[in-house]
Amino acid sequence: MALRPVYATPAEAIADIPDGASIAMGGFSATLGCPIALLRAMADNSTAKDLTFIGNGIPQGATGNPEDPWFVVHPSRVKKVICSFPAAASSRRGGANPYESAFTDGTTELELVPQGTLAERLRAGGAGIPAFFTPTGVGTRFAEGKEERTFDGRRYIMERALRPDYALVRALRADKLGNLYYRNTARAFNPPMAMAAQTTIAEVEEIVEPGDISPDLIATPGIYVHRLVVVKR
Amino acid sequence: MPAPTVAKDRLPRELIAMRVAKELQPGYFVNLGIGIPNLVADFTDPAKGIIFHAENGLLGIARAQEVGKIEIPDMMNAGNQPVMPIAGAWLMDSADSFAIVRGGHLDVAVLGGLQVAQNGDLANWLRPGRAVGGVGGAADIAAGARQLFIAMEHNTSDGEFKIVRECTYPLTAVGVVKKVFTDIAVIRVDPGGFVLEEMAPGWTAAEVQSQCDAPLRLSPDLHEMEMA
Repeated sequence: MALRPVYATPAEAIADIPDGASIAMGGFSATLGCPIALLRAMADNSTAKDLTFIGNGIPQGATGNPEDPWFVVHPSRVKKVICSFPAAASSRRGGANPYESAFTDGTTELELVPQGTLAERLRAGGAGIPAFFTPTGVGTRFAEGKEERTFDGRRYIMERALRPDYALVRALRADKLGNLYYRNTARAFNPPMAMAAQTTIAEVEEIVEPGDISPDLIATPGIYVHRLVVVKR
Repeated sequence: MPAPTVAKDRLPRELIAMRVAKELQPGYFVNLGIGIPNLVADFTDPAKGIIFHAENGLLGIARAQEVGKIEIPDMMNAGNQPVMPIAGAWLMDSADSFAIVRGGHLDVAVLGGLQVAQNGDLANWLRPGRAVGGVGGAADIAAGARQLFIAMEHNTSDGEFKIVRECTYPLTAVGVVKKVFTDIAVIRVDPGGFVLEEMAPGWTAAEVQSQCDAPLRLSPDLHEMEMA
């Protein structure tokens, strides 16, 4: 059986992520389904640069403990962000978010993508579909530079799949084979990112024996998951 | 350019939401955006059996959970607010959630608006003067829902027009808006442009027209807005 390696710490689980890597970060927001510990390790324990982050938002987060500071993977290490919500939530907590100026000055490139298109680009990447046509964005700036075609009288634009080098995902529970169980709406982008990435690293509350998660509750199968790390919240 | 001032009362946000709720037919599947649209659920008769979709991955929202007294963890809507599911709710990932949206399975979406044009174009994600803004799921939802309603204040806080001939802000989707519900009117968008259907109590058609940059035709059935 293909038991998945369990890393002792989030820092060890992400230690080999190199300069120039593309990294999908799962969940919906910093407070829902986000792999906070892995992202925090990227911020604090990694020196990799020229990174591309793919997510619903920007690479930032908070543990939920009010004592802990809000953190960001500093934009000086980030070449590009592909997301649907670039607005910086941490600016609401006092202090400017460095991404605001990085996007405005262009020192970090922003590729703004409609949320559903982002999800489908990842799902397509994981499913071996290099591109697809969608009605989302037709006639808007999201269509700029993209092929447009008409099918059955309706206009569509072509979107390319995403195949990130890494995905950082968060689930409530894994079994030793890497099968993941998510709690409620904490799935969000985690499953399509896990399928799209070359290497998927999952942070989970606990690791159980194969069979302890019922097959019909597994939203991400272990075939898409390559590393595990236990992070208690 | 600001609209001329009309010194008459405008409806509060809750009454706009109440009017939209009346429009939702029994059994509809509905997505609500942030702001006034999100209030629509509070005014929807539960007997209609309407099922609300949250694009982060929940089909079947019952009600808000009280912050500080969380009954079900990690159960949130797309505004990151804790919610309770209905009996019979379904949980899904983002790709499945937007398959519902893009696949035309939602009967109605209600979104906020910055500008609505007479050809049904919608601009609602980037405020003027901002270089960076979030689009979230708005472009997918506007393009994917079978009917798109806009619930918004009729003018900006500076009195600028939002019902316009042509959008000048970055577009969310083209030719998609079916009806606009504001604090002074209900306006339909048809192939010939805007049609005024209802006015807030005390308002005349000419006064509503003065608050629009684009021409309004009058519905043969033009009448005062009724919330209930």
